[in-house]
Amino acid sequence: MKAATKTNLKLVSLVLGMFCFGFALVPIYDVFCEITGLNGKVSGPTITQYDENFDSREIKILFVTKNNENMAWNFTSEKRTIDAETGTAYTVDYTFENPTDYPMVAQAIPSVSPGKGAQYFHKTECFCFEEQLLQPGEKLTMPVRFIIDPDLPDDVPVLTLGYTLFDITESHIKLQASN
Amino acid sequence: MSAVIDSHSDDHHHGPAKGITRWLYTTNHKDIGTLYLWFSFLMLFLGGAMAMVIRAELFEPGSQIVSPEFYNQMLTNHGLIMVFGAVMPAFVGLANWIIPMQIGAPDMALPRMNNLSFWILPVAFGILISTFFMEGGGPNFGWTFYAPLSTTYAPPTVTFFIFAVHIMGASSIMGSINIITTILNMRAPGMTFMKMPLFTWTWLITAYLLIAVMPVLAGAVTMMLMDIHFGTSFFNAAGGGDPVLFQHIFWFFGHPEVYIMILPAFGIVSHIIETFSRKPIFGYTSMVYAIASIAILSFIVWAHHMFTVGMPIAGELFFMYTTMLIAIPTGVKVFNWLSTMFKGSISFETPMLFSIAFVALFTIGGLSGLMLAIAPADFQYHDTYFVVAHFHYVLVPGAIFGIIAGVYYWLPKWTGNMYDEVLGKTHFWMSFISVNITFFPMHFVGLAGMPRRIPDYALQFADFNMVISIGAFIFGLTQLLFLFIILKSIFAGKQATSEVWEGAKGLEWTVASPAPYHTFETPPEVK
Repeated sequence: MKAATKTNLKLVSLVLGMFCFGFALVPIYDVFCEITGLNGKVSGPTITQYDENFDSREIKILFVTKNNENMAWNFTSEKRTIDAETGTAYTVDYTFENPTDYPMVAQAIPSVSPGKGAQYFHKTECFCFEEQLLQPGEKLTMPVRFIIDPDLPDDVPVLTLGYTLFDITESHIKLQASN
Repeated sequence: MSAVIDSHSDDHHHGPAKGITRWLYTTNHKDIGTLYLWFSFLMLFLGGAMAMVIRAELFEPGSQIVSPEFYNQMLTNHGLIMVFGAVMPAFVGLANWIIPMQIGAPDMALPRMNNLSFWILPVAFGILISTFFMEGGGPNFGWTFYAPLSTTYAPPTVTFFIFAVHIMGASSIMGSINIITTILNMRAPGMTFMKMPLFTWTWLITAYLLIAVMPVLAGAVTMMLMDIHFGTSFFNAAGGGDPVLFQHIFWFFGHPEVYIMILPAFGIVSHIIETFSRKPIFGYTSMVYAIASIAILSFIVWAHHMFTVGMPIAGELFFMYTTMLIAIPTGVKVFNWLSTMFKGSISFETPMLFSIAFVALFTIGGLSGLMLAIAPADFQYHDTYFVVAHFHYVLVPGAIFGIIAGVYYWLPKWTGNMYDEVLGKTHFWMSFISVNITFFPMHFVGLAGMPRRIPDYALQFADFNMVISIGAFIFGLTQLLFLFIILKSIFAGKQATSEVWEGAKGLEWTVASPAPYHTFETPPEVK
């Protein structure tokens, strides 16, 4: 093979490799965020067992609900704040209501702040793990169950669990159509 | 330039074809270099006209001449056209013309691909500009096209923008493959890597940067396309994506990209400074290693563009320190240029004037870059005119002055005629003064808190903005003089010798002026 052809092949494979690397950045970023708690990303459902001899401490937890842009649903949590103990499981109910006169699909996206506390916030059950379909006027109450890891650093006295509710009716329809 | 080359064509068994087909079908590196250079010049005026609209709107506070929506389109396309249409093709054009002559090769390694990589560029920019005449108007989300501005909230023409970027990327990648293959395989016998001229060196490294990051940009716009049309959620939080991810991917491309736009200029001014100081470049080896270090570091500093997105403190510190580290190889280069001039027997022809201005003003841009690299301070500077001042200092009196210097330096080799030195110096002084009137006050308004990318501003910024606009108008008009000087040199002027400049070193100065259509068909011997 000519030397120039060899160089060309190497360069073309580098191009293809870097194109794939661009896409590989997506999962790399997700893993990186989960490990570091970057952007308040939290992992999926977890079941955690602790030693009996952990030191539990008091921590304040705030619950924030927010609608994205023109999302019309009523979305609230039953409590705004609780005083919790680390290592104990808690349940908080959230209410969804579709006041419009057409069916809609929504997805709640969680975020925990401060980011460094995100990895200690373990959810065992959450409505945010799936999409919600509500008929016109339908109302639904769904729980979040969570445990705060006793390893939570001492300089985090307050954790905020925020949910943003997105209207995904349109992309839901698009996906259904393409399947 | 065609007229001059034509007159010498009958020296050879096959000269250039006649008429338009010569340019459409050409595989000659000099023809393609010329095409690239003229295209980038056209784009410079188009992007420049958009800058004039921006500065006219900002001449006084309040809404002046265009709607905010149109202002956003001007702003976006000014950036896109200057980056992808003016600076990058100008460097590729210079590479096409000069690299084969510097390394003693008869042509580029892949001449047909060379033709293709040029001719898809006008197509790409045709697509981009056509969006202005469509419903929804052109791209309006800034040249960085952050999602979701460029996905959820984008005008419907964004799909055309995506395809245009794809084509520009393909053109750059093909051009880079061509340049690397040429440099690695077609050097004259005896030309080892450490004897290679610095412009060739800078382009070799730049081409590797392009090959590494242009595919990532292609990936980013592909993800946008899928988010917009195929229901994926790469950058859409509702579907589990993350808009901040877009910024990471974009700047993973974007930071090496800004070095792509400056490294070849480093090579050009190195040649010019050694020629007009009549001394060999000081610290050739350290120059090569400095370029390589800058290129490698450029891959691990990208998040300094996004200090304010909410990173862990460790991330902020990492990106802050690595960014500051880049000042070291860059400083090595600046000191080498100064040492080359030290005790040199300097003469101040136009290319040298532009090169000295490059060293001084690029360093100002580098210094404000260091200020921006300090993460805590960046929270204050972020998205203000201080950033605009910074990157215009490294791109206008940096990259563009480097290109202009290179054009003056090699113009007699291309056309066979010397340019008009008096007009050249006039062009320099007008540009030098007006570029500073334009961009220096931007530091002040930026530090005082004027945000970038807005069509209106608070009253206290009015005076400086008027000064900036006046400077910009002068700078814009001055470049018409540059066009005139080039045209004049094509059609008239003192006949240039083959050496052109007293004591100029390098193989390109051993061939006749104008350079014959085919050069180095028998490779020269390099000792």
